[in-house]
Amino acid sequence: MSSADAGGLKPGDHFMMGNFACVEGAILAGCRFYAGYPITPSSEIFERASVRFPQVGGNAIEMEDEVGSMAALVGASFGGAKVMTATSGPGFSLMMENIGLAYITEAPVVLVNVQRAGPSTGIPTLVGQGDMMQAKWGSHGDLETIAYSPSSVQEFFEFTIQAFNAAERFRTPVFVMADQIVAMMWERLRVPPAEEIEVTQRLVMEPAADQDRERVVFDYAKDFIPMPIAGRGSRVNVDSLTHDSRGYPTTDHGWSEKMTRHLAGKVRGHAREIWRWEEKFLEDAEVAVVSYGSAARSALAAVKYARAKGVKAGLLRLQTPWPFPDEVVEKVSRKVSGLVVAEINAGQMIHPVRENSRCPVVGVPWAPGTLIEPRAIVDAMQAVVAS
Amino acid sequence: MKFEIRITGLGGQGAITAGHVFGSAAALLEGKEVVVTEGYSPYVTGGWSRADVVVSDEPIDYPLVSRLDALVTMYQEGLDLNMKMVKPTGVVVAEQRLVDLSKVVGDKRVFPIPAADAADKLGKKVLMNIVMLGSAVALAAPRSLEPLKKAVMERFPKAAELNVRALDTGADLARAAKGRSIESLV
Repeated sequence: MSSADAGGLKPGDHFMMGNFACVEGAILAGCRFYAGYPITPSSEIFERASVRFPQVGGNAIEMEDEVGSMAALVGASFGGAKVMTATSGPGFSLMMENIGLAYITEAPVVLVNVQRAGPSTGIPTLVGQGDMMQAKWGSHGDLETIAYSPSSVQEFFEFTIQAFNAAERFRTPVFVMADQIVAMMWERLRVPPAEEIEVTQRLVMEPAADQDRERVVFDYAKDFIPMPIAGRGSRVNVDSLTHDSRGYPTTDHGWSEKMTRHLAGKVRGHAREIWRWEEKFLEDAEVAVVSYGSAARSALAAVKYARAKGVKAGLLRLQTPWPFPDEVVEKVSRKVSGLVVAEINAGQMIHPVRENSRCPVVGVPWAPGTLIEPRAIVDAMQAVVAS
Repeated sequence: MKFEIRITGLGGQGAITAGHVFGSAAALLEGKEVVVTEGYSPYVTGGWSRADVVVSDEPIDYPLVSRLDALVTMYQEGLDLNMKMVKPTGVVVAEQRLVDLSKVVGDKRVFPIPAADAADKLGKKVLMNIVMLGSAVALAAPRSLEPLKKAVMERFPKAAELNVRALDTGADLARAAKGRSIESLV
């Protein structure tokens, strides 16, 4: 760990849009390369990065599309930079192929998805949370995903920094699954002094002059492997095919097992260190809402309203939907008579919630396009309590 | 206490900018909890746009407006579509040249403001939104204009003085509007 980078936003209070706060978080985390393709409602991230990155010695480049954006990020990551992009649903779909490339080559990349109403191009300017399962299962093959879900401008700033820290520590693509409401909302942003912001620096492979072809590049016995950086004297092979510990392609089942176990294991084995969640009014709750992102703000309003009406309601807010905090959900589910999952989609995170719960779980059906009205969540809670 | 305002207009009129100025003054200079959300039609210019501002002494959970204490509109549909959201005790501030008020004659919540003409007199059409903001604050949330003045000076450093005058003009027009009936205009 080290402290945050100079050149970042000055400490103190700012009044800022979520998308701008995300960029400022990225700069403080040390990100200096952005490759992207603008798309509503994420475009302000690219817009501000285009102005701010050059000011701090970085670059923000526009690529031909989102496929190229992710490819550029993987390359720049192996060039030693902390890298990011931002997109929304349609662009997220196009990025899936090279998200897999980043995952298998263990390239730290931060991808911000400002979710909008879908499917397809949907409603560009309005909110949705329909990409939550895509974040986990969208790229082919098994991926163990790390994802943050901010509910405020402040969290969009903080979680972007944490996403970089996780990406660098775990050498893997990390998602910030924001949404249109939280991204285009303006709120007070409190920026702490740089020395109070913890920033993780990448473990970098020592250069070797011997050009050793047998050198171990991917030491699968370890969770955290130093990364070879292009141009710094390490002769290494980096391949999207299943590779052995030297990085060379192989069809050997043993290496396949070692590699895939390593990729998933480094995240699963440290999931408890990644999980973040917030509990509100759960001490005596008989029914609890599980929510995330901007929907969780409706959920909190609903919980307070229900409490005022005499229903002992509580809230579990998932700040890291992935890796799924199964133990946290299970523990809450043992205390309440039912869980209500509030999300702006046809039912996505309700599935892992249900899988890990010991009580009945119901969803709040809500079409993308606007924030869930607290009333709908209150109705669902009352139905759970009545049954 | 919670206060909800919607400022709406057509693309280019500065509705969203006015919302940011109001929000930043309340958040950074008055120490309030503030959320500004914005919306716009998918068109580049000329489509509707709006800023919704919630100001509260308490942390704000649900960030969207639901029952307006104030509606500021600089185009016709802004009135037609949003009147139903205005509280019985709320205030509607309408640009009197751009909004036809014949359907709301007798509604004591509605105050016509000649902000477009005032902006012309000040020398810049783009000041209309700030004139409207000055009127809205004077009518709906009477308070010192000082924080707002600081906020516009910060937002428009090159046109600080003009924007401060626009706020004062708006407040003056609000006082005049109080003594005037809509009937005299339609």
